[in-house]
Amino acid sequence: MKILETIGASFEKDVIEKNFSRREALTKGLGLGLKAALISIPFGVFEALNNKAMAGPTNGDIVSVLNFALTLEYLESTFYSTGLSTNGLIPSSDQTVMAQISKHETAHVALLKQTITSLSGTPVTMPTFDFTAGGTYSTVFSNYQTFLALANAFEDTGVRAYKGAAPSLLGAGAVLTAALDIHSVEARHAAEVRKLRGLKGWISNADANGLPTAIYASEDNTTQLNIDVTTTTSAPAVNVTEAFDEPLSSSAVLSIVAPFLPS
Amino acid sequence: MKETIFSFLRGGMLAPMQRKTFLKYTAMSGAVVTLGLQSCHKDHHTGSAGTTDVGSGDMGILNFAYALEQLEAAFYVKVNSSFYTNATDAEKAVLKDIMNHEVAHRDFFKKALGSSAIKDLTPDFSSIDFTSRTSVLGAAKVFEDTGVSAYNGAGQYLTNADYLTIAGKIVSVEARHAAAIRDLLNPGSADFAGDDVVAASTGLDFSRTPNSTTGGPSIVTTANLYLSTKISANQLP
Repeated sequence: MKILETIGASFEKDVIEKNFSRREALTKGLGLGLKAALISIPFGVFEALNNKAMAGPTNGDIVSVLNFALTLEYLESTFYSTGLSTNGLIPSSDQTVMAQISKHETAHVALLKQTITSLSGTPVTMPTFDFTAGGTYSTVFSNYQTFLALANAFEDTGVRAYKGAAPSLLGAGAVLTAALDIHSVEARHAAEVRKLRGLKGWISNADANGLPTAIYASEDNTTQLNIDVTTTTSAPAVNVTEAFDEPLSSSAVLSIVAPFLPS
Repeated sequence: MKETIFSFLRGGMLAPMQRKTFLKYTAMSGAVVTLGLQSCHKDHHTGSAGTTDVGSGDMGILNFAYALEQLEAAFYVKVNSSFYTNATDAEKAVLKDIMNHEVAHRDFFKKALGSSAIKDLTPDFSSIDFTSRTSVLGAAKVFEDTGVSAYNGAGQYLTNADYLTIAGKIVSVEARHAAAIRDLLNPGSADFAGDDVVAASTGLDFSRTPNSTTGGPSIVTTANLYLSTKISANQLP
């Protein structure tokens, strides 16, 4: 896990340094796939849409959000399918679990692509991923614990990403419901993968358990709708942090996944 | 709202999915669609039969969630007061955490809803054998899966983005619970996100509006099985 802690520190630095504009991101030479994604997904797309009046998002707005989600689903589906096809990586005891997760991620990719197309949008193309993140996770497909750690990272990040995106789909009816229906599936996955790592299914405080701390930033929040929940319940404070999962902005999500995208 | 939903039904989301599947997983009906056109001023009240109606609009949805959280909290408090026979330490730890989460959810909603909150509900758990692992975990599974589908189904009827975010913060924790309970019942299997709740073809979790009877008894009906003070959601879909 030491290597994960090291990359965790560099992730923190990245989050600060990569608070960059979309233009800067493009000039940093991110891969073609991500470039394509970025062209249709401006940074802060969720937040910008959130500030719109109750008229609800346009089809174009919805397509932008769904293309962002599609990029994450490409990442997850490729990750699991690669893991499952790597002989000797996943122990037989965990094959069923991983196959179920993989099945869902593949279905999410197909569903998002079809939905984007049906909204007259163009699905972003799948980038070529680097699951070693430039060599940081060089054992991702040879050491099962590394694979599990990244699965944990992707699932918990996915939950936060969909949660952050949901308000921008307010007024989008069935598309919002579909996004919520994916969101809770990612949470089921996250709980199961965490359990396979020997962790609780839920996130205590902002504990990163060796993963990049940016993934769990603000998960220790106890104030909801301006109410400090710890002052109104007998539940211990750590359980209050566990009881509410926190959203992430699109730019924060992108910072987390950027090392896995082509450079 | 109506126009948007119908255009999705006609040419959008439905195109890639079987209509039947879509209806099953979003529990949409004509009655549901009209909700978005209603104003949201009716207050919840106790009906003549002693049934507590959760009300309308965003407050109705949040009160509906509050009702479910009251039920879950009461259930896990009872589970923790005397664990079922041969409960392991690991199982007790999971059930204690979940109890504290549900208590936190309940207490949060009560505070957030303030004077709009429905009254404290009285549970009726007489159908559950609290000495039996199978009975307790089976009920827990029902409560968690029901909670997930309820939040998922209600989300699109909220009008306030902050409320939608709060619902999102809670539903993913309910989904984590559901996976954990399902894993206790059948470890190492696909049940944590089983095909009975997550559609294999779309990867979508189950979502239902409070009164939808698609796929079985409505969430209101299911909740009332475990309540001596009954609830209704007559002003919600």
